[in-house]
Amino acid sequence: MILPALAFYLFAAVLVLSGMLVITARNPVHSVLFLILAFFNAAGLFVLIGAEFVAMILVIVYVGAVAVLFLFVVMMLDINFQELRKGFLRYLPAGLAVGAALLAELGLVISGWVYAGPADSVRAAPTPESVGNAQALGDLLYTQYAYVFEASGLVLLVAMIGAIVLTLRSRKGTRRQVIADQVSRRRDDVVAVVKVRTGEGV
Amino acid sequence: METMMDIGLGHYLSVAAILFILGVFGIFLNRRNVIIILMSIELILLAVNINLVAFSVFLHDLVGQVFALFILTVAAAEAAIGLAILVIYFRNRGSIAVEDINLMKG
Repeated sequence: MILPALAFYLFAAVLVLSGMLVITARNPVHSVLFLILAFFNAAGLFVLIGAEFVAMILVIVYVGAVAVLFLFVVMMLDINFQELRKGFLRYLPAGLAVGAALLAELGLVISGWVYAGPADSVRAAPTPESVGNAQALGDLLYTQYAYVFEASGLVLLVAMIGAIVLTLRSRKGTRRQVIADQVSRRRDDVVAVVKVRTGEGV
Repeated sequence: METMMDIGLGHYLSVAAILFILGVFGIFLNRRNVIIILMSIELILLAVNINLVAFSVFLHDLVGQVFALFILTVAAAEAAIGLAILVIYFRNRGSIAVEDINLMKG
């Protein structure tokens, strides 16, 4: 009983701490690395609560793809990040005020939350007891939510094509291979047989 | 001590709330740096995911986790497009400061 609680507090503490460091780190590369740490700890919380599949997807998608994408962009852009931190302290009071207000509201919501009696009877998909988390999710995702699942695949496809179209550019000064030109080349256009007399050259 | 060691829904909701507020705070704190703002948005989405998964587990309803997966998908797409826009913006203008991004101002 005490071990899961300790694990929860450990994961939660590291998660909140790394979240704090994401937004305050001086170097954006450190921010991304703390973001990765935050994702790992969130995945730990998910494993603790019994949502293994979402935890693994979180590690694979977020740490493996999104965070690495951030890392690439941060390292690729040649930006003076110290310049961008200038207004850091100026926006601190406003941010603190908004954060405190939001925290108070969410605290009220969480403390005032009660479990409604008929909530059990209106579940959309009760968690099955006999199968594991991944299988239960798959059973639901590929049947009841098949169309939404395919739509999310389309969203990813559009995002992929969009990112490629946005960042693709044809640079001037580079020579690209044009297959049609190569194929339509004739021998007569490019090769000439010249009779060279001895001692005179071409 | 009894409630401290008895991890319930409230504990997870509190962690998610703190994370959400850190994300909002990060947007205010780093108003000039678009990359950090995008990371703050990722933190906010993570907080939302923690909420969904916690409710899903404690209410024994699997749909919350399905929704968490869809949010993950959309977040990945959003990050890809956002960073692509950032890269071409930097290529064209040589800066990513938020104040400079006002080309579409009426």
